[in-house]
Amino acid sequence: MSTVILLLITGLGLGALYFLVASGLSLIYGLMGVLNFAHGSFLTLGAFAGWEVARRLDDGSWTTFLISIAVGALVGAAIAAATEFLLIRPLYLRHIEQVLVTVGLSLATVALFEGIWGVDPIYVTGPDWFGGTTEIFGALVPNDRFVLILAATLVLLALVLFLKFTRYGLIIRAGVENRSMVTALGIDVRRAFTLVFAIGGAAAGLGGVLASHYFGYVSPHIGGSLLIFAFIVTVIGGLGSLAGAAIASVLVAVLQQFANFYLAGTGDLVVVLLLAAVLLIKPSGILGKKA
Amino acid sequence: MSATAPILRVQNLSARVAGQQVVEDVSFEVPAVGVTALLGRNGVGKTSTIKAILGLIERKGLVEFDGHRIDNEHTHRIVQRGVGYVPEDREVFSKLTVAENLRLAERGGAPGRALVEELFPDLTQRAAQAAGTLSGGQQQMVSLARALLNANRLLLVDEPTKGLAPLIVQDVAVALAKAAETAPILLVEQNLQVVRQLASTVVVIEGGKVAFTGLAAELLDDEALTTRLLGVAGAQPQGKAAGTGTANAGGGNAS
Repeated sequence: MSTVILLLITGLGLGALYFLVASGLSLIYGLMGVLNFAHGSFLTLGAFAGWEVARRLDDGSWTTFLISIAVGALVGAAIAAATEFLLIRPLYLRHIEQVLVTVGLSLATVALFEGIWGVDPIYVTGPDWFGGTTEIFGALVPNDRFVLILAATLVLLALVLFLKFTRYGLIIRAGVENRSMVTALGIDVRRAFTLVFAIGGAAAGLGGVLASHYFGYVSPHIGGSLLIFAFIVTVIGGLGSLAGAAIASVLVAVLQQFANFYLAGTGDLVVVLLLAAVLLIKPSGILGKKA
Repeated sequence: MSATAPILRVQNLSARVAGQQVVEDVSFEVPAVGVTALLGRNGVGKTSTIKAILGLIERKGLVEFDGHRIDNEHTHRIVQRGVGYVPEDREVFSKLTVAENLRLAERGGAPGRALVEELFPDLTQRAAQAAGTLSGGQQQMVSLARALLNANRLLLVDEPTKGLAPLIVQDVAVALAKAAETAPILLVEQNLQVVRQLASTVVVIEGGKVAFTGLAAELLDDEALTTRLLGVAGAQPQGKAAGTGTANAGGGNAS
């Protein structure tokens, strides 16, 4: 029983990370039709920014941790908005070129990060509480999992409230359904594009700082490794669906944890098989719009 | 034609969709008052002409709205100048509620709200309903209401009666007549009875080019001309139509 609880909560923690990356990917694709392969770089840069701040402050305190999260999110938002404005916008509706640009940017930024911070992992420390465990039904669950789950829940809640109750949220929901009709109502949908990129970048940057605490290190490749699973989550959840991304994040991560433990480390294989099954049975994903 | 300056002037307009020419060298004017019908057989480029005016598809040529060139402007900017658009097939946001669909369209305090509430009281009652669950007629009301909410100086209305039941067609015609009192309309319409009822002038497109421009009655009363240009006989005036008030209002449909 304790093993199941531990796997479940660890899966939820990992799912929280997947969601922080996948939520932005899904919204960006839903509104703009852009598959953003540079999204992992936003996460990596956020993680490094958070670490740079933390190491300059007292890195054992909660205040430092919260500041590093805020900085990671801000840096992620800024680099994402700049990417949209400078690289994506000039290629509006040219989807192949947009994909090529984001692929190129992801490769170039990893090389840049290696040049700045080196290729070796840099170990990260957070508040002492992170290193401890909490007993739940006999399972000793590492505390950092709870932080991840709480952060992703708050991000999900904030995004839902934003989409439901703000003017830009309304524009984004409408734009995901029919972008050209939003424009035909006199709305400059390009502002929504930049905003969605910034929101996605902020979630990824925040996820980067949390990922560095979850894995215990930050490296130039941390974003790329999470991006692969975030793409899988986005496709399984349904491109453009935030709720789909949330459900698929939990599904994929929990399945991965259980398969790794009970099926001799086959978690990644099981996830890929799940992706194949979804594409065969319901290509639009769990909650995605039909093509 | 009206003696006043036209609200819209289209000159040598061409447009392409996916590399294919859909509008070729079209020129016409829309008077600053009344309804101008843009007619033609299916697939001649009426909807593409409307989309090209709005910049929704790639276009070349001159488009002048109220004296300003708009052919190089983004769609949202053209709409903000005071051009309302009611698209073919309604294009309501199906996952948004009726109220959200209308809120999204509001500009400048939505001065047309009272008119919308007067014309479509049903929409007020269905404010919280998802637009995708409405009937075709109700969705058309939402689509029209989005354009009528704002202080537009021109309405581009594309096939507003397409696929609607005859009684609803009449409701839509009444709403358009009321709307025409607030702004001139460029109307794409297949139902010639509705055209006769609403339009003062017509522009007929054939093979991607303008084949006829003139008074609506001039075209619709000339059966041979109507048949040649539209493929059907012109609609009889409502007084002459057999069985008026029944399901089919007696009008021919341009095929």
